Amino acid sequence: MSGELSATTLEIAGDGGEPIEAYYARPEDGRPRGGVVVIHHMPGYDRATKEMVRRFAELGYDAICPNLYSRQAPGADPSDAAAAVRAQGGITDAQLVGDVAGAAAYLRSRSTSNGRVGVIGHCSGGRQAVLAACEVELDAAVDCYGAYVTGTVPPDWPLKITNLVDQLPSLRCPLLGMFGNDDKFPTPEQVDELEAILQREGKTYEFHRYDGAGHAFFAVDRPSYRVEAANDGWERIAAFFGTHLSASGS
Amino acid sequence: MCTYTTIQAPVSGSAKGPNGAWFRVTDAAVYFDHPVHAPAEHTLNIDLAAPAQGPCARVAIELTAESARELVTAINAALAAVPPELTAG
Repeated sequence: MSGELSATTLEIAGDGGEPIEAYYARPEDGRPRGGVVVIHHMPGYDRATKEMVRRFAELGYDAICPNLYSRQAPGADPSDAAAAVRAQGGITDAQLVGDVAGAAAYLRSRSTSNGRVGVIGHCSGGRQAVLAACEVELDAAVDCYGAYVTGTVPPDWPLKITNLVDQLPSLRCPLLGMFGNDDKFPTPEQVDELEAILQREGKTYEFHRYDGAGHAFFAVDRPSYRVEAANDGWERIAAFFGTHLSASGS
Repeated sequence: MCTYTTIQAPVSGSAKGPNGAWFRVTDAAVYFDHPVHAPAEHTLNIDLAAPAQGPCARVAIELTAESARELVTAINAALAAVPPELTAG
């Protein structure tokens, strides 16, 4: 691998074929490779998320992050876009699924694609990664501390979401989950519930739970960052995608 | 953790926003969640916005819980310090 990569902003077909903005990074060599869809967290299509996209390119993948707030706040600063979408109650699950499907299709259309595409999300994106893995043809999914995959969404919850308990039997690909044991969203008990469902349904999964870590332990620009958990987590992600997104992936 | 909870309130007034321009604000969103900029894990965030003018018409504030409470106290004290007829309506 040369280590060279390129990154750019482009337009892809999102939910319903609607054009949306996306950030795309790829290695510069022409070898066949898998792709990774990065779902940005609720604070938006921000610098930290774009850094992750470039990291996946550095790891050898074509990577893309669709701007889930393209429709509501085109061209806006990520924090302004996130605030506007938050005030509107978030984005719908249907739109998210359509946007991830569009991003996966874009990756598979690249001349370097080996046909395999994974998805990863943190925080709200963790739940959305699991949702996408239930609804979209994907080869691997990574859920980093997504809240309300299981558990009960309070009736007055401001976001238009439900838990994913009913969808989990439809999970189409192996799932890697990483969670902080001090987290409240999701709680360790909610992670237990998710694991029990995956076991019952005979799904392939791999969970890692970290002591001394709470929510957002991967976030290098926040006080919640926990270097040991994050470093171990990145190694797990690289190994997981290496297994499932290679041409001979299982 | 992400709390997601958002309390919204209609407001009437003005704020100095992007590029130093004043604009009329119509909506406030208040939530305790991760900040974008403040060096704290969670902050009390206030968005004063004019959605009709687009997502960039916004003044964002991120305060620690303690300082947010002090601000509430200060606002109430300021309102209480003047004759009631000035703040009626």
